Amino acid sequence: MSKYILELKGITKTFPGVKALDNVCFQLKPGEIHALMGENGAGKSTFIKIITGVHQPDEGEIYFKGEQVVIDNPNDSKKLGIAAIYQHATSYPDLSVTENIFIGHEYICPQTKRLLWKKMNAKAQEYLDELGANFESTTMMKALSVAQQQIVEIAKALSANAEVIIMDEPTSSLTTSESEDLYRIAESLRDSGTSIIFISHRFEDMYRLADIVTVLRDSKYIGTWGVNEVSNEDLIKAMVGREITQLFPEKKRVLGKEILKVHGLGKIGYFSDISFTLRKGEILGLTGLVGAGRTELCQAIFGIHSYDKGHIYLEGSEVEINHPSDAMQLGIGYLPEDRQAQGLILEWGLEKNISLSALDKISRNGWLNKKEEIKIAKRLADKVNVKARSVFDLAKQLSGGNQQKVVVAKLLTADLKIIILDEPTKGVDVGAKSAIFEIMTDLAVQGYAIIMISSEMPEILGMSDRILVMREGRITAEMTGEEASQERILEAAMKKTA
Amino acid sequence: MAENKSKTVLNRGSVQKIRELGLLGFIVILSVFIQCRNPSFLTAENLNDLITNTAILSLLSVGMMMVIITRGIDLSIGATLALSGMITAMTVRSHPALSPFLALLLGTTIGLLCGIVIGFLVAKTSILPIIATLGMMNVFRGMTFLISGGRWVSAHQMSSSFKHIATGSIFGVNHLILIAIITYLIFYYFINHTRTGRKIYAVGSNPQSARISGINVDRTLWLVYAIMGALTGLSGVLWVSKFASAQSNTAMGYEMNVIAACVVGGVSIAGGTGKVSGLLSGVLLLGILNNALPLLNVSPFWQDAIQGGIILLAVIVGALVRRNTDKKNLIGREE
Amino acid sequence: MSSVNIQTEKKFSLQTFFFQWEWLLLLIFVMINIINAHLSPYYLNTFTLLDATMGFLDKAFIALPMAFVIIFGDIDISVGSTVALSSVVMAVLYNAGVPMYLAMLACLSVGLICGFINGILIVKFKELSAIIVTLSTMILYRGIAYIILENQAAGGFPQWFSFLGWGYIKGIPFILALFAVTALVFAFLLHKTTFGRKVYAIGNNAVASRFSGVKVDKMKVIVFTLTGFMTAVASLFLTSKMGSTRPNIASGYELDAIAMVVLGGVSTSGGKGRMIGVILSIFIVGLLRYGLGLINVSSQIVLIIIGLLLIVSVMISSLNIRMGKSKE
Repeated sequence: MSKYILELKGITKTFPGVKALDNVCFQLKPGEIHALMGENGAGKSTFIKIITGVHQPDEGEIYFKGEQVVIDNPNDSKKLGIAAIYQHATSYPDLSVTENIFIGHEYICPQTKRLLWKKMNAKAQEYLDELGANFESTTMMKALSVAQQQIVEIAKALSANAEVIIMDEPTSSLTTSESEDLYRIAESLRDSGTSIIFISHRFEDMYRLADIVTVLRDSKYIGTWGVNEVSNEDLIKAMVGREITQLFPEKKRVLGKEILKVHGLGKIGYFSDISFTLRKGEILGLTGLVGAGRTELCQAIFGIHSYDKGHIYLEGSEVEINHPSDAMQLGIGYLPEDRQAQGLILEWGLEKNISLSALDKISRNGWLNKKEEIKIAKRLADKVNVKARSVFDLAKQLSGGNQQKVVVAKLLTADLKIIILDEPTKGVDVGAKSAIFEIMTDLAVQGYAIIMISSEMPEILGMSDRILVMREGRITAEMTGEEASQERILEAAMKKTA
Repeated sequence: MAENKSKTVLNRGSVQKIRELGLLGFIVILSVFIQCRNPSFLTAENLNDLITNTAILSLLSVGMMMVIITRGIDLSIGATLALSGMITAMTVRSHPALSPFLALLLGTTIGLLCGIVIGFLVAKTSILPIIATLGMMNVFRGMTFLISGGRWVSAHQMSSSFKHIATGSIFGVNHLILIAIITYLIFYYFINHTRTGRKIYAVGSNPQSARISGINVDRTLWLVYAIMGALTGLSGVLWVSKFASAQSNTAMGYEMNVIAACVVGGVSIAGGTGKVSGLLSGVLLLGILNNALPLLNVSPFWQDAIQGGIILLAVIVGALVRRNTDKKNLIGREE
Repeated sequence: MSSVNIQTEKKFSLQTFFFQWEWLLLLIFVMINIINAHLSPYYLNTFTLLDATMGFLDKAFIALPMAFVIIFGDIDISVGSTVALSSVVMAVLYNAGVPMYLAMLACLSVGLICGFINGILIVKFKELSAIIVTLSTMILYRGIAYIILENQAAGGFPQWFSFLGWGYIKGIPFILALFAVTALVFAFLLHKTTFGRKVYAIGNNAVASRFSGVKVDKMKVIVFTLTGFMTAVASLFLTSKMGSTRPNIASGYELDAIAMVVLGGVSTSGGKGRMIGVILSIFIVGLLRYGLGLINVSSQIVLIIIGLLLIVSVMISSLNIRMGKSKE
């Protein structure tokens, strides 16, 4: 018997045009919580999908309890006792908790093939109680919060007798207290001998929970350390590959006069009592945990959602914004978080994507001027340095970073004064990241006012003139770029309500 | 906080129940109203009529419910019903001695074949259910005309044993009602207590994760349309026997009634939800409307409009109830 | 940073040029004409051809806006009922002594209102989907037509009204002339204006369109209202052709209109398709019916053929997409 329950050697996986994993190794001991860290696009998700059988490696070997295994499909990994809990719940919202837990391995009466609901309900409730859940096994899945759904996913893993549980960014949508519950569950699983692979962006998760950490970067294996042996700086360096200060352009802007003032903005269930101001040429960082209400706030300012209370003033006069087109007319632009679903039309060429938010500019009395469209698209694509063959290239053919640049180019078609960027570097590689930062700085120097929503501490610290921290729908701290520090932001983002 | 949450869960989980109870309440009020206007409504005789006349609708609705749960729709059932009814009736015309059981089997088999074809189109090619069934509806209806040559099979051409299928009774209960009850028992069990039955919900609720978790989505879809076809074929025989005539335009547009019964009964067109109990109340409401409007001396020409209006009302109220609960939950979170 | 030169010239690719759905349609169109000419010696005669178009062009007025609806990824199955309702209202008003031109105006307004109701319901109750909304209004609209006219026919329109369906202008059927103009307007609207661009955008990705400032709800209401209006136009022509109306007219028109659009290469999942394909397929379906009528093929077989045509064309076009030859 090997001392590892799961061992992967020399895993390489290539997708058309991209090497997603390059000779990656990984070792997991029984009863261990092993953190897997790395930037977006470092190859973590592909790595997990190899283990769970969604993808098959081109090269490399997988050993389970010392024996070499081949995992061809998700069922194979399930049979071995590997279960994964994904960031986005993969549950069946219309089915009960019990069914979600037992789907695929239901209790069946051997003679009549009848489903044994009573037995399943009772057993499911047992799992839930064991995990300290506060809901019944007969509840509908869609009635649960994200945290509760995650508990169901864990119960599902338990019911499948999983010995290895993979948690893919489980805390990214949880509140602090919910995360604490999850830590507790993970620890008790570990103590009973289950191994956990824990993927997270959050250092606090890792320090709180993991015994050992493995870092991937640019599809490669970088190293494995005991959590207590490695310093924060060294880990960041391992993940990013260089000193992070290089990533950000120098702040050398002169702030102009106040352009946007938000006063007492509130929307029941999302955010309340939000007041802040924004000046020309300023980059305002807006941070906090996912679910703190940042996106909802900015979408309300952009007119995607309504707000119940409060006022928005633009250059001194109050404005009413009911639709994104109102906002754009007033000079407010928004770069959505999910560029593929919200920012681009993937089947369209660059030229049409770029012109979509400025159809008035390329038309007269409603008639399109396609020559003008191409001209504008070309100018803006060059300005943000999109790497493409022609303006007719389809958006879906571009890399993540270039897609993001196209969305930025879309913003530049309109006469904007204020640009809101929601997680502008999510899923973008390091090179494109620094390019996006450079564009942002350029824009600020030209006098645009920028609000940047981000969960990534280094970029908030590196880019912002001023930082707002939100927690549970409220602004809990405001600080200038100089006085800000990781500790202060974290404290404001996480401290418990008094 | 924890307490608050469990309350929220209770709130949302019971939406379905509130809806069902609301519908039942509406049915009761409607019945009382009808009874006041015409006392012959709640008599054993009329109720027997009502249920007998609703039996075929209820059979078709079970099949349609499963189709809609998988996010599909089947517009071809009116045509399938006519085709199987016509072929069966013509067989009976030329072989008067044919046993009623064989007649039922024949019709069901024809329906099953039609369903298999549609299932193939939906599951194995990437044609949307609405388009596939729209096309096949034309094909099946055309075949019915073609086979019959546009002529009817009328009452005197059918053997009395065949007509007996729909008119006869056991222990005073009409065969149609019996068949409907048995079908409901079978499918209640199938949907709620077998693995295959639950897969239908899984496929409709989240097709992607159904695929990932190893459920054969294509086969499930195929099965659902085949069942729908078989039930339609069965209904075709019953229909022809009940009305003692088979025509090329039998049950034209009847798919709309069936879909309406499902939608009123709380089966969501977005897939994944729908229960037999809810479906029954939807079928019942449509049955009562069909039965009671003549009793109330409502002109038959008002029936369509009333039906359309009620369907629209039911789906809108359903949507509003759901929204309202969601909103309350948000406010709950705030506190 | 390395600067890459982004091309602005569209490269002409012979493959993409020939790999277009419309070529196939054109081929079918030509074949149908050859076969028809073969079947009847009188077919390739201008008069016969023009005459043939009168038979099917009323539906074509519905197919044009239906293309917009299907590019949205929606569907409108209430159009047949809208035809009946608007026609019945017109007949009843005329018979009640309202001047004919006012009755015709009422017909158009009824169509407009029916479409507007569809649009508003679809926008306000997004969770219901266009299928359910138009399914309900389909039953409702036809039901109202029955309430108004019961099971009777109404007609007796003035002589000049039959000109719409049967009249000629300088040797060209009036309906054909009007259709040609309308089709041109719709084609320009879809391909050359910001309106059409927005229709495609919404059909491809409604969320991204909204985030880009496109007023998605307003667009949908406009298109469904337009569909209602054009349906009423079809109703005028149909009533004129028949000379009288009943509440059960135009049942199944929704299928014909949808079949024409889908055969024309408009994808039911939204975002794709061109007007030229729709126009070609209108004539394909129409002339096919005409040709089958020439050899006395019963209308039942025509039904089967159209059903199969619908399915096969969707199959082929989805194959087309899978092979990566998708286009606007």
